[in-house]
Amino acid sequence: MIRDPKDLQRYTASERANHWVVGICFILLALSGLAFFHPAFFPLSQFFGGPVWARILHPFIGVVLTISFLGLFFRFWKLNRIGAADREWLSRVGEMVNGDDHGMPEQGKYNGGQKVMFWALAVCVLLLFVSGILLWRAYFSFPVDAVRLGAVVHAAAAALMIGFILVHVYAAIWVKGTIRAMWYGTVTRAWAKQHHRGWYRQVTGK
Amino acid sequence: MALQSLDIQRRSATTTPQPGARNPVEVAKLIDVTTCIGCKACQVSCSEWNDIRAEVGSNIGVYDNPIDLDAKAWTVMRYSEVEENGKLEWLIRKDGCMHCSDPGCLKSCPSPGAIIQFKNGIVDFHQENCIGCGYCVTGCPFNVPRISKDDGKAYKCSLCSDRVAAGQEPSCVKTCPTGAISFGSKADMKEVAARRIANLKERGYANAGLYDPPGVGGTHVMYVLHHADRPELYAGLPKDPSISPLVGLWKGVAKPLATLALAGVALGSLFHYVVKGPNEISKEIEDEIEKEDAQ
Repeated sequence: MIRDPKDLQRYTASERANHWVVGICFILLALSGLAFFHPAFFPLSQFFGGPVWARILHPFIGVVLTISFLGLFFRFWKLNRIGAADREWLSRVGEMVNGDDHGMPEQGKYNGGQKVMFWALAVCVLLLFVSGILLWRAYFSFPVDAVRLGAVVHAAAAALMIGFILVHVYAAIWVKGTIRAMWYGTVTRAWAKQHHRGWYRQVTGK
Repeated sequence: MALQSLDIQRRSATTTPQPGARNPVEVAKLIDVTTCIGCKACQVSCSEWNDIRAEVGSNIGVYDNPIDLDAKAWTVMRYSEVEENGKLEWLIRKDGCMHCSDPGCLKSCPSPGAIIQFKNGIVDFHQENCIGCGYCVTGCPFNVPRISKDDGKAYKCSLCSDRVAAGQEPSCVKTCPTGAISFGSKADMKEVAARRIANLKERGYANAGLYDPPGVGGTHVMYVLHHADRPELYAGLPKDPSISPLVGLWKGVAKPLATLALAGVALGSLFHYVVKGPNEISKEIEDEIEKEDAQ
């Protein structure tokens, strides 16, 4: 794709790098975590050099994800505060899913759906980190009732987060011209005008 | 330690049936707490037969030594001093794996074949398949499995599955000098227990009884207790143990439901794309931008 000098910068290089550190950690955690979640997924542990390595590595990768997710959180939380326009957008999300976005209210850098995704992922990461520490028997020892609760919370939050990320990835694939924002940082003006008109006005002054 | 002569009933993290043609008899070890003198010969024979020796600990002022179960101490005597009927009673319980019919460890284990329940009732850990996650510890209602600090594997009493497979009794049973530990078919052990309990009742222990808790489907290690109404007296033996409902939720219906839900999200996304098509930038907006550039 030939890049137009008039394309709009959506993400800086450090924001993109930060996103992909989280993304890679998430993929590794999902594969190794699913291996322990249900026997059907156990063979996924072979990607890590066998199930014992998967068990050893999973919590360390989780720590890296938590720290790098904090980076994303502090970069973007102010842009993800939910307002009236977002609630309006969310109440009409059915039209969007149905493939007709012409009547959707004007959105800033993030639409209501992206903002809900942001906060949902933040809550999942928090729950996974705290419950994950409870389960990390190689280094910690907690009362068994706390560990049992931690196991349920960890599995539930992980299943939810995998579901959210599937939606996150699909939305990026579905909305054409989106994924390049996370590869090399820019989007076309037409993309911005169609999907994030408020942000388009703000960065172009039009 | 998979043994051909022991038929498998259940295998951890396995969703298909085990070989079911043969149905050997259920065995049980009966520990008569009322006959135990606390000599620890069973601890020694366990160390000898299994070739394990816990690190020498320190004396904390009681007879318990080692003071807890360990990856290298699969059975320990627990000594409780209680006052009953105005008299001191020294209750001595040989602690270790209870070999539950419904084992919380096996239910929790994510590694196929790391925990095996044999048809004779023995629950055995196969350390070569153990990944060291400690879920068995989380699942056990009796706080029995221990993770080794040396190799990261889980260990516990095997009920001497190797000896039983060869037609011998567990080593602790063989060694016990007072005959407080017996071994045989579970049905026979219940009869032995019933005779002993009747005897104890005649001698004034009105609440004597058998500990074979139904909450875990019964166990393949059973106790004769003088105070079966209060098992907690015996170093906190749980009164009505069962697999924690949290473990049931975590390892029960939630797993297949969540798996189906995730598959639904992934397939739903694919078919959304196929049915609705991609969300492209509209021709109208592209034209607007082109017009701006032409100006």
